[in-house]
Amino acid sequence: MKKIIGIISAAALITAMAAGCGGAGSDTAKTSGGKTASVSTDGSTSMEKVIGYLSESYMADNSGTKVTYNPTGSGAGIQAVSEGRCDIGLSSRDLKEEEAAKLKGTVVAIDGIAVIVNPENPVSDLTIEQIGSIYTGEITNWSQIGGNDVPIVLIGREAASGTRDGFESITKTEDKCKYNQELTSTGDVVQTVSSNPGAIGYASLASVKDNVKAVEVEGVKPTTETIQSGEYKIQRDFVFVTKKDEQLSEAAQAFFEYATSEKADSVIEKAGAVPVKR
Amino acid sequence: MSAAQISLTGTMESSTRKSGLKKVADLFESIMGGVFSLCGFLAVGFVLLITGFLIVSGVPAIKEIGIIDFLFGTKWASTAAEPAYGILPFITTSVFGTAGAIVIGVPIGLMCAIFLAKMSGDKTASAVRSAVDLLSGIPSVVYGLVGMIIIVPCVREVFDLPDGANLFSAIIVLAVMILPSVISVSETAIRAVPKEYEEASLALGATKTETVFKAVVPAAKSGIVTAVVLGIGRAIGEAMAVMMVAGNVANMPGLFKSVRFLTTAVASEMSYSSGLQRQALFSIALVLFVFIMAINIILNIAVKRKKD
Repeated sequence: MKKIIGIISAAALITAMAAGCGGAGSDTAKTSGGKTASVSTDGSTSMEKVIGYLSESYMADNSGTKVTYNPTGSGAGIQAVSEGRCDIGLSSRDLKEEEAAKLKGTVVAIDGIAVIVNPENPVSDLTIEQIGSIYTGEITNWSQIGGNDVPIVLIGREAASGTRDGFESITKTEDKCKYNQELTSTGDVVQTVSSNPGAIGYASLASVKDNVKAVEVEGVKPTTETIQSGEYKIQRDFVFVTKKDEQLSEAAQAFFEYATSEKADSVIEKAGAVPVKR
Repeated sequence: MSAAQISLTGTMESSTRKSGLKKVADLFESIMGGVFSLCGFLAVGFVLLITGFLIVSGVPAIKEIGIIDFLFGTKWASTAAEPAYGILPFITTSVFGTAGAIVIGVPIGLMCAIFLAKMSGDKTASAVRSAVDLLSGIPSVVYGLVGMIIIVPCVREVFDLPDGANLFSAIIVLAVMILPSVISVSETAIRAVPKEYEEASLALGATKTETVFKAVVPAAKSGIVTAVVLGIGRAIGEAMAVMMVAGNVANMPGLFKSVRFLTTAVASEMSYSSGLQRQALFSIALVLFVFIMAINIILNIAVKRKKD
């Protein structure tokens, strides 16, 4: 008898737990089907941080809208918006000609990637070509490019990182980099470069601190201004892709306007990117 | 109503209340029994769930890549234009890294345990023991941080290398991390050796060192083996600390090369991965799980032998 009651009470607990989960599930279903409007974005994994910060700050002020993000990659995002599977496509490259026929790209932010070295390193100016040869292992000692006789230590990011993707595509070193360290965060890269006199690394401009030195690329120092004007070369656009011939839904339009307005500038800066010049 | 009648009804009432209380207590006992057994099964359930999940999500990628190419391929390039998914670099790194940590950590841990059990006074022993306990409570990210800021630059300076983030740094960090479990388990084993062994050895004229190494340690052998196996388990499963000091490049291991462990291979790519890459990461987790299971089985055998 005791055993039976025990088993029954255990079963009752399990059902209660299951019911609890089910309850929570149906709650969210209700809100998304009811008053809440949703804006779906799909595309570039590099834009995760920017879109995360933007949607968070937007949803804080507009609790009626839910902004979703599906990290699939720039190409897939452009594809998705042209097939109508999402409201706004996200791309970290500019649209190709054939894509631009039906789609419109709006730059929301610029990703400026600073090339950083140890402050003790006398080298302060590199060309994109030199950076490419350094990362592919053709130049292995700083003395080859006017520095001290110190071997170069290549610091990079993990394979799936958006910053790595951006850096490698601009310096044309995709899959060819001979890294000494692949670190999983920008902070780790900055820390490692600051503690090793031979190190070179790359990081979003916003995370470069005084303990490392951002080199000039082709004679241009990376600053918000030079990135906005396009003089600094290691940069790429973060683009919102929409259909030319179709109107966005009301909620999507409102989010689009917010993201491209001046109000979003500080949020974009917080996410480590550079806002566009108005 | 007479007084006798009142007292009679009184006792009847109290006796029914008593049996009522007993029923409530019995019911409560049975419910609690149910709760206890539920929690017991919950733990088993989680193990089964994780095992099942790893097998279901890990096997497809192994099938697609081919088990030989997956386990014995020497190139890992998961996001390249032509992806390669060979995890031999990770497997060998994990094995070498763990072996290195054992080679450095176990002698230190064992001698510390001997010191605690046989050589030190009660006061020193308790001070050292609480320090060891503290060592085991330090989160692995802190080990990683200290390794990154102190050990990596030190290794670079001492060995005159361009970069200090390599297998050697990882081995040092792991060796320190396994100390607490090696020390506490082998100390217990050494203390369990009957005092007569030691007295007999000393009476025969052996020195204290000879006694420790020739009488006490051999007698505590199986306990020390348990300590070593526990250390292996701790070292092979560690992710955070080694991720911060090993450099994380998928090279075949070399003592002063930047390397990636099985654990860090999963941890460093999981956040953005997709498609076959993600499935392959699950497969790596499955391989790691098999390793840990094997170590647990060895541990169980070692413990059983000790009992016999």
